[in-house]
Order: sequence, then structure tokens, then C-alpha cells
Amino acid sequence: MMSADIQTLLPELMLALYAIAALMAGAFMGKDRYAPLLVWVTGGVLVLMAVWVGSGTGAHSAFSGSFVDDRFARFAKVMILVSAAAVLVMSQDYMARRGILRFEYPVLIALASVGMMVMVSAGDLMVLYMGLELQSLALYVVAALRRDSVKSTEAGLKYFVLGALSSGLLLYGASLTYGFAGTTLFSGIIAAAEGGVSLGLLFGLVFLIAGFAFKVSAAPFHMWTPDVYEGSPTPVTAFFATAPKIAGMALFARVVHDAFGGVVSDWQQIVAFLSVISMFLGAIAAIGQTNIKRLMAYSSIAHMGFAMMGLAAGTAFGVQAMLIYLAIYVTMNVGSFAFIMAMERDGRPVVEIDALRLYARREPLRALALLVLMFSLAGVPPLLGFFGKFYVLRAAYDAGLGWLAFAGVIASVIGAFYYLRVVYLMYFGNEPDDREALDGAMSPVLWGMLMVSALAMVIGVVNLFGIEPLAAAAAATLVN
Amino acid sequence: MTVAIFTFYLFAVSTLIGGLMTVISRNPVHSVLWLILAFLSAAGLFVLLGAEFVAMLLIIVYVGAVAVLFLFVVMMLDIDFAALKAEMAKYMPLALLIGVIILMQLALAFGVWGFSDGAAERIAAPAGELENTAALGLLLYDKYLLLFQLAGLILLVAMIGAIVLTLRHRIDIKRQDVLAQMFRDPAKAMELKDVKPGQGL
Repeated sequence: MMSADIQTLLPELMLALYAIAALMAGAFMGKDRYAPLLVWVTGGVLVLMAVWVGSGTGAHSAFSGSFVDDRFARFAKVMILVSAAAVLVMSQDYMARRGILRFEYPVLIALASVGMMVMVSAGDLMVLYMGLELQSLALYVVAALRRDSVKSTEAGLKYFVLGALSSGLLLYGASLTYGFAGTTLFSGIIAAAEGGVSLGLLFGLVFLIAGFAFKVSAAPFHMWTPDVYEGSPTPVTAFFATAPKIAGMALFARVVHDAFGGVVSDWQQIVAFLSVISMFLGAIAAIGQTNIKRLMAYSSIAHMGFAMMGLAAGTAFGVQAMLIYLAIYVTMNVGSFAFIMAMERDGRPVVEIDALRLYARREPLRALALLVLMFSLAGVPPLLGFFGKFYVLRAAYDAGLGWLAFAGVIASVIGAFYYLRVVYLMYFGNEPDDREALDGAMSPVLWGMLMVSALAMVIGVVNLFGIEPLAAAAAATLVN
Repeated sequence: MTVAIFTFYLFAVSTLIGGLMTVISRNPVHSVLWLILAFLSAAGLFVLLGAEFVAMLLIIVYVGAVAVLFLFVVMMLDIDFAALKAEMAKYMPLALLIGVIILMQLALAFGVWGFSDGAAERIAAPAGELENTAALGLLLYDKYLLLFQLAGLILLVAMIGAIVLTLRHRIDIKRQDVLAQMFRDPAKAMELKDVKPGQGL
């Protein structure tokens, strides 16, 4: 019995053991001297884990159903692990040059990945909470990694306090749910909620959703996002904008479908409301931003709104659209942040959008790559970002949420303004003074990530790299 | 009203008062003391539920260790609580309004609270002669092994975090070298010199 359970959990277990071994090795040998090596090894291990998890078959559950390993979980895990590995290797050069590359950084990222893997596999409210806390606690620490900077410390503290508050909301919802159903297992909750939810269970559901919305930074629970994104070191911001978002959305989808799949109409309107507010807030509030990290924060809020639109559809196609949207979103963000990490002048990071003026004249290839990514983020056809939006809009429309799809189209038109402004400044801006111009250097890893991501936006339109049937199969195991 | 119900309301009311006063008392030290009252009353509630072990843990760990630590921190930190309070007073009307609305909604929910079929049996403690500690041990290391180990990982992350964010390696200070101290040769450690009067070394 126990050995079968352990077998199901083996990838998480191995990653946790690796993190502990890496911590011991770092502490006893050379401390931060081997940190760059450790970053690369951890990146390699994460990719290996992704291959291992991705090669799994069938659906298993462990510990009497509290941990589920099915196609949905595996799809989300592969995305999480690959994006975490990509951001990790991207950050090595940046952090080493600024003296903040501690050997604990890759260890914390590995442990956060364990937390995210547990989150997407959760089949029980308690396991869900444990995974969420493991991930969040590691993220609070890396947000404050540049401890000599007031902004970074502020980001870490703000994230910690507000994260604790959201965990409280989530726990309150979980206890109300438990109070009604008498069990924390999703399979038990869905059986108890059969034939309509009582008012008490509805309150539990609302509190749970509020907690999730906080974690994926959906409006109106987004207040922390711009400050945390701005204050954290840029590689950490890149990490925040990728893997944890996938884990949060996948967890969200798992709870509403696995535990509350019988009462779709009860949560559909809540998720649709969050989706509309997030799309519009992300689109409108980003217009006034001059700091590119804050801009990406609002951009991520808007994108989470679109991903939630797929979830709000409440159908298997909706979940499939959400998964495809997340995969595309993550690829775009890895490329965009590769560019942002390389924005510097005299070795100091630059985050002002104005610094990009006439960038295209100096670095035409990189400017072109960023143009592709910005157009894709805005959802301009025929780039990949358009297909992501197209999928969620169709899912919402098919599910009878025509008004939601309409609102999504309007929000995406408003949001296109600030992406296009970045492109405008790069190609048609005023002549910058020499003091403002960006340096030309860019590490090969960042350059490669930027180009691969931009190329994927163009080539991917052929067949979406074949993820469509995979996402459909993953969604089918979740919604039935 | 039986004794059990009376004690329940006693502890429940004192938990609520403790929690409320923790938030609104002017002196932060008093806040911590009120928090201790809330912990103690919660421990009383656990005893009423038949969970003596958890009740004792609450007293030993929370009252004995955590709250005392809080007291030290509050006394050592130099925070102008009056300024913080003034800041809070600005938002008080809006906060009160939202608080009252949420309270009314929750009252609405609890007014019609219902359990799903069979929830009471699922929640009830398993029948048998098992003691509290033994039952907890069986659950913790068997059924909830995963949760137990994940909690361990979370504590590990907390430990790493505390060290990463606070530890500074200073190289400009003298450190104690324990091995050098232990392996010193007593014969070479001290040298006797015969100093002639009035000459010095």
C-alpha cells in the first residue's frame, strides 16, 4: 500500500531530496563559489524531472486519494518545471554580476517547484494548502533576496503579509467546506455537494476562490502585484510571472472541477466576474506605467483574466483553452523577461520604457524579436498570442457567455495600446541622449531565450507544436 | 443548561473577547497578553472536544513559547504605535462598514447552516479505546504521512529563508578558532622571563 503511494509520489520526492542534497553540498563546500554551477545543475534536474513526469501514463492516486497523478497534473507539471528551469538558467548571469547569486537561490526555486507540483496534484484541501504554502514561502524569500535594497525588502515583506492574509481567507473557506462536507477530500466534497450547494458551502467556495484569486493576482485581489514585481530582482520577477501562475491557475481549475464540478453554475459567475475585472484593470491601469516591470505586472493581471475566461466556461473545452493559453503566455513571458533582464546601462539595470527609444536602429534583430513578442502579448494575428485569446474567447462563447467574450475583445483592444507603445518607442521614438542609451551586451543564454521565444510565436501558428491534443486529453481527465 | 454547555460558552466568549482586545488595545504588550487569553480559552475548547493532547500543545507551544517570544519582540522593537493607529483611524469608517457587511453575511450563512448527509458520522471521532496521542500518531505517520513530510519541507524553507535574509559573513572581525584552542601546546603557550629589577625587557 505505502510503496504504491511512494511510487506515485516519486518525482516530487526525488526533487525534494535533490534540493536537500544541494543544500548540504552548498553549505559544506564552498558556499556561494559553486552557485553558478548549482544553478545549471538545478536547471538540468528540473528539465529531467519534466521529461520523467511527461513520460508517465495513466491516472494514479496516492494516500487514499489526497494526491492525484493524472494527465492534467502531468501537463501542468511539465509546463511548471520547464519554465522554472528556463528562468533559472536565465537568471544566473544577471544575479552573479550583481552579487546576489547565493547558493540558496536554486535550492529555493527547486523547493518552490516541489510545492507547485504538489499543488497541481492535490486531491485534498489539506494537501492543497501544504503545497501552496511550500511554494509561497520560498517565493517570499526570493522576492527579498537583494536584502540591501529597500525596495526588494519591501517587496518581500508586502508579499509575505498579503500572502498570509490570502492564506487565511483560503483556510477559512476550506474549514467552512469541511464543516459542511465532513471531509477534505475532493471526491468527498463533490459527493456531498451533489444536488445543489447550501449557503454555508457557497461561502466556503467564495472564500476559497478569493484565496486562489489572490495567488494568481486576479483583480480585485491584485494590489500586491505591481509593487512586488517592481521591487524583486528582475529574474525573480520573471519567475513570479511564469511557473507560479501556471500552478495557481491549474490548482484553481482542479478545485472548481474536482471538488465543485457538480455545481458549475455556482462558481461560474464568480470566475467570470473576476475575469472581466482583471482584463479591464490590467488593460487600463498599465497605460500610465513608465516602468517596464510594473507594466509586465499589469500585463500578467490582464492575462490571468483571459485564462480565467477559459475556466469560467466550465467545460472541458474551456479547461483545454486555459491550458493552451497558459502555455503560450509562459513562452511569451520567458522571452520578454529575457529582453528585460538584458536592459542595462553601465552595468546597472534599466527599467524605464523611455530608454528603449530608437532601440531598433542599434539592435535591429533584438528589436524585431521584442516586436514579435509585444504583438503576440497584445494578441495581434497571426502570432501565437492571438490563438491563445481565440481559444478562450471561443470557449466562453460556446458556453453561452457571449457577453464575457465581447468584454474580452474590448479589453484586449484597450490593452494593445501599451504593448504597441513599446514598439512605437523602439522604432519611431525621439532620439535619446547618449546618457540614456542602453548597452549593447546580452548574454548568450538571454539572447537564445529571446530568439527561441520570438520564433515560437511565429512558427507555432502552424500546429501549436502539437500541444492541442495533449491539452484536450488533460482537460478531459479533469472534467467529466 | 448543563455544565458542558456553560463551559463552552464561557470559553467561546473569552476567546472572542481575547481576540477582539488583541486588535484594539492601545498598548502592544497588553495585546500580547490578550492573545494569551485567547490561546488559553481555545485550549479549553479543545478539552471540551476531547482533544486533550492538542489543548496541552496549544498551551505549551503557543502560550509557553510563541507568545513569550512575541512579548520580547514587542518590547524590544521601537515602533511608534500611535502613528500607526492614526494611519488606521483614517480608514476606520470604511473598514467598519465592510466588516459589518461581512459579519451580517456570515450571520446569514450560519443562520441556515446545514450539514451534508453523513457529515456528522465522518467528522465524529472513531470509536474505540485509543488514546489521543496514540490516535494522532497513527494518523500522522500513516494516513497523513504526506502532509507531515510536506510540513517538514515548509519548515526547512523557513529556516533557509531566515538564514539567507539575515546572515552576513563578516571577514573583518576576529573569530574564535576552536581547534586551535584545543590543540595548543601548553608548553609553548607561556614563556617565563626573568626580568631584572629596574631594567625592563
